[in-house]
Amino acid sequence: MSYFLQQIINGLSIGSVYALMAVGYSLVYSIMNFSNFAHGGVIMIGAYIGYFCLTMLKVPFFIAFIISALGAGLLAVSMEKIVYRPLRKRNAPFLYFIISAMGASIFLENIVIASPIGPTFRTYPPIFSTTPIMLGSVALGRIDLLMFIISAISLAALMYIIEKTKIGLSIRATSYSIKGSTLMGVNVDQVIFIIFIMGGILAGIAGMLFGMKYTVYPQIGNITTKSFIAAVFGGLGSLPGAVFGSILLGIIETMTSGYLSSQYRDLIAFALLIFVLVVKPTGLMGKSTEDKA
Amino acid sequence: MSWVYISGILILSGINLLTVLGLSLLTGFTGLFSFGHAGFMAIGAYISATMTMRMGMPFIPALLIGGFAAMSAGLLIGKLTLNLKGDYFCIATLGFGEAIRLILDNIQFFGGARGLPNIPPYTTLTNVVAINVFAITFLVFIIKSRHGRNMVAIREEEMASQVIGIDVFKYKLMSLAISALYAGIAGGLLAHYLGYIQPIMFKMVKSTELTIIVIFGGLGSVSGSVIGALLLTFLPEILRSFYEWRLVVYGAAVILIMITRPQGLMGGKEISLKGIFKFIKKFINKYKDKEEVKS
Repeated sequence: MSYFLQQIINGLSIGSVYALMAVGYSLVYSIMNFSNFAHGGVIMIGAYIGYFCLTMLKVPFFIAFIISALGAGLLAVSMEKIVYRPLRKRNAPFLYFIISAMGASIFLENIVIASPIGPTFRTYPPIFSTTPIMLGSVALGRIDLLMFIISAISLAALMYIIEKTKIGLSIRATSYSIKGSTLMGVNVDQVIFIIFIMGGILAGIAGMLFGMKYTVYPQIGNITTKSFIAAVFGGLGSLPGAVFGSILLGIIETMTSGYLSSQYRDLIAFALLIFVLVVKPTGLMGKSTEDKA
Repeated sequence: MSWVYISGILILSGINLLTVLGLSLLTGFTGLFSFGHAGFMAIGAYISATMTMRMGMPFIPALLIGGFAAMSAGLLIGKLTLNLKGDYFCIATLGFGEAIRLILDNIQFFGGARGLPNIPPYTTLTNVVAINVFAITFLVFIIKSRHGRNMVAIREEEMASQVIGIDVFKYKLMSLAISALYAGIAGGLLAHYLGYIQPIMFKMVKSTELTIIVIFGGLGSVSGSVIGALLLTFLPEILRSFYEWRLVVYGAAVILIMITRPQGLMGGKEISLKGIFKFIKKFINKYKDKEEVKS
């Protein structure tokens, strides 16, 4: 029983980081209707900023956190400005957005490999002691606990912005209809700026948490594949769906590695993707896939 | 540079070209985007290698079986996702490509992650060129036919083409099946050229590189794809020192192409004998005009 509980806790902590990534991706999807495949690159850069802040600048942990979140946010926004805005202004077909996103992702990953940083795996300096906190017979890793708490706080803040503030209202309106909300006086450029900066900040946080738990390397962004799966699982374009799908995916993954074999972990994730696409492509809470036209 | 080296690069670019031709039909002509074509290549490579190694089958039937296996995988994945709107197909191909690699990693019959060695080296420059000529001819026939025009219509305006009675789902599926067939055969050629295959050779980077070649050559141009495949396989080989920066430049170039010249190198135009003659005639006429002005 305690083994089972242990897996649930591990699943929650990994799932909450997936949620941070999936939410940023889902936000962009809900408004611009394309998969931002460059999101992984932002996560990777966030992880590297955090690493270099801690090792070279030797700043305190929480300041490094803030710097990496802001850095990733800045990167996401500038990517929107350079890569997507010209396409948006031209009303380019959605295929071009995906191609550009892929180009940006390749560019970010390989510029890190080719630069002096190189393809080596780097380990974060130890920040917390590795001795777990014991709750009865269940061991709580300090980093796992931190991952869960920080993710939960960030997600709650995001939900607050989206549900309670005026800018959140305009984001929700834009996700229904860009044209309609423009007519109502919503500044769509500003909305898109805000979703990219929010997605970027969450990606930076996720990148740093991932780097702390495992290692930092240029292909770390590939982990976003999981968040795409989680987003489809929860329903493309739905934020609560993305969170819910991520946490469920995290738990399923840790259960697979706990009871079957860690070799099958990724395979189960992809099998789940295919299964969802066959049975209920709108996901658990997605909006309809029919084109509104 | 020895001839063996040059013919080796030519074979590799021919193999790339075959996959790129299929992708060109899918992305360039039908407007679908795939992240998983390396997965189709992997299926073709493993199936055809098994056929020649364990069943002692001749080369060409083995290639075809590999190709058809990839095609059936394509049909299956297409059937599940192509009638959905938006990015589902994209994400499904991404998941498919990675899943194929992970499955191959775990099948001991195929050598697991260590891969499959000692595949007989049947691939030669002659049969690569012959297969490519056949593939290009077939592709041009499809594109020129009613089916090809329907695919272009879907790329341009899906809703409108549905309204005028084109079976959008059927044509998308057809395009995917043909491109998977091409990728499968290319995978078989690759296996019988290198002599060994490993699942890691068919990572997502491979898929994206192939798509980049299509974009370079120009969406909706077969001759553009041919030029793109030859150029982008040759250049990195010649500029070895540049190898690390290659993908950085590719990524930046893709963004730049999308912003400034989304139609790519050829921009939907084709090189044909007729066109070349026209071009020469125009050139001569211009020259003549100049001469007349001078005199």
